[in-house]
Amino acid sequence: MDVRKFVVGCFDDEKVLFPAVKQVRKAGFRIHDVYTPFPIHGLDKAMGLRETSLHTAGFIYGITGTTIALSFMSWVFTSNWPLNIGGKPHLPLPAFIPVTFEFTVLCAAVGMVLTFCYLCQLAPGVKKHHFHARATDDKMVMVIECTGPTTEADATALLNAAGAHEVHTQIAETGWWLGTYDKEQKLYDESYVKVPH
Amino acid sequence: MSVLKYESAVRPPLVDGHKTYHQVTEDIIKPIEVAPSRLWKIGFSISVALLLFGVYSVYREVTYGIGQWNLNKTIGWGWDITNFVWWVGIGHAGTLISAILLLFRQGWRTGVNRAAEAMTIFAVMCAGQFPIFHMGRVWMAFFVLPYPNSRGPLWVNFTSPLLWDVFAISTYFTVSLLFWYTGLLPDLATVRDRAKIKWRKRLYGLLSFGWTGSTKHWQRHESLSLVLAGLSTPLVLSVHTIVSFDFATSVIPGWHTTIFPPYFVAGAIFSGFAMVQTLMLVTRKVLNLQDYITLEHIEVMNKVIVLTGSIVGVAYLTELFMAWYSQNPYEGYTFWYSRANLFSPYGWSYWGMMACNVLSPQIFWFKKLRRNITVTFFMSVIVNIGMWFERFVIIVTSLYRDYVPSSWSYYYSPTIWEIGFYLGTFGLFFTCYFLFAKWFPVIAVAEIKHILKRSGESYKAEEQKVLEDKNLQEFEHVMAH
Repeated sequence: MDVRKFVVGCFDDEKVLFPAVKQVRKAGFRIHDVYTPFPIHGLDKAMGLRETSLHTAGFIYGITGTTIALSFMSWVFTSNWPLNIGGKPHLPLPAFIPVTFEFTVLCAAVGMVLTFCYLCQLAPGVKKHHFHARATDDKMVMVIECTGPTTEADATALLNAAGAHEVHTQIAETGWWLGTYDKEQKLYDESYVKVPH
Repeated sequence: MSVLKYESAVRPPLVDGHKTYHQVTEDIIKPIEVAPSRLWKIGFSISVALLLFGVYSVYREVTYGIGQWNLNKTIGWGWDITNFVWWVGIGHAGTLISAILLLFRQGWRTGVNRAAEAMTIFAVMCAGQFPIFHMGRVWMAFFVLPYPNSRGPLWVNFTSPLLWDVFAISTYFTVSLLFWYTGLLPDLATVRDRAKIKWRKRLYGLLSFGWTGSTKHWQRHESLSLVLAGLSTPLVLSVHTIVSFDFATSVIPGWHTTIFPPYFVAGAIFSGFAMVQTLMLVTRKVLNLQDYITLEHIEVMNKVIVLTGSIVGVAYLTELFMAWYSQNPYEGYTFWYSRANLFSPYGWSYWGMMACNVLSPQIFWFKKLRRNITVTFFMSVIVNIGMWFERFVIIVTSLYRDYVPSSWSYYYSPTIWEIGFYLGTFGLFFTCYFLFAKWFPVIAVAEIKHILKRSGESYKAEEQKVLEDKNLQEFEHVMAH
């Protein structure tokens, strides 16, 4: 297994974290990830992550459900087993609305949750590398990977200067459990990033 | 929406006291890490006892047949379907709070949404029991599903409201469960990372799916919550609409009215909020969460109760008016003789319903009463009794006098096994709720942290001070020039 070195810095306040993210990226470092105990709006943008397209997937699952439900019921009632129910029409579209709607919602919801779990690699019993135990409590944990140009000393100094406390170095094995979101991070661009103040 | 979004000072804080992020975690997660209290054990034991009685009642019904109940020639739906509609109605508040209020950006939902969603799931589980066991031969229950079979294939009737119900309830249950559980993941991870005992770390490690709190994961999580909320919003409305179709598409006087869908949905929200109040008032007291489920939360929910209670009241009056205005003798007989007449055999249930659902919630027009915990608790129980009466009135008073007097049935009262089944669902509901309150964070920890800096009491006060100083400076600046 390949082993990598990371510099981990903890922040207490999002007001310090935002400028720190900006500073670190401006200095040309790639942020491996920032682990936070709650969703911080705007942090994804500040980190240069692209918008998720999970909702598009949800829409596709939804219309798939609509199509399956409508075509299945029409097929059953007109061709497979056309029952005479009180002399009513064989293709009563208004009466198909409830089942079609429910099935659409079901497909969209189940599909989206499964996709979400797949994309984030979440499943019962999955073990991942946790950089800091309090990242799910009250610390915002910024992790910078030490690669060629990024030395441990540089990253540590930068994080300290940016207001992080408890800066330390960690070694972790590479693999899917580390996440690979630094790859999709765009390089810093002043016009793109809006840091709330 | 940025982190530091300004929230008007006029709005009361949603989190009382001076809290740090860590304090929020401590307050909400602590009850999971300590041994259950005596009160919890007593409550849990009573619930399990009720559940066992319910299991025995159902065992009697399955073994000896539906004759164990007092359903008769015209009253084919009695306590069972009354209880079904009642539980489904209660199951509406959770998703309403978590979905519709999320779309409306109502900050106060964060204090109650987790427990309300759990309540929804348990209530729908209870509701589902009734139509399933009402089938009689319960081992044939899978016949309601459209699966390829050797009988033709003979498919289910997709135009029947009873089948719509199958789809509506099962979809509602699934989506509510997914919504609830994806919301729980980050909080379960918090419990995992705090755990000092090995088995707890392992258990919550299993349950939290390996959540790390990565920014990208949060971004997807937010997107997922928003879309699920968007999907659940029409879903909530559709479920009770479809339940009302069970009645409204029939030709029974008192049932085939076009106002049923909105009237049922309003009633469902009404009873659901009442049940949330009942549970929240007890939960906040027992788990010491008064700082998170504040009087503000209680007052807001009481406002919803008085609104929906009044909507339901208008629906009752509209029905009475239409029964007279239409001059249909069957409608008139049902509404004015079987229901509104106090001296008819079931008149007591109609007036019980009117008193509990329409008259008594009107006390919530007074702020003092809305903010009174004892009154709220008492009212929340009254409302649910009233809503049970409503379903009983709709079902039984429409059925017991058929079109032909020769088929009028005798006075319907339930057997001990019918009552036992109902009590059993209470047992199921509270057993689940007790387990939930002990093993899961009853308040969405991450969501509270998310609103803490803009709605927490001390943070709001600080922000207000900064703004006032700024105004003063501006004023001085203007005066100086």
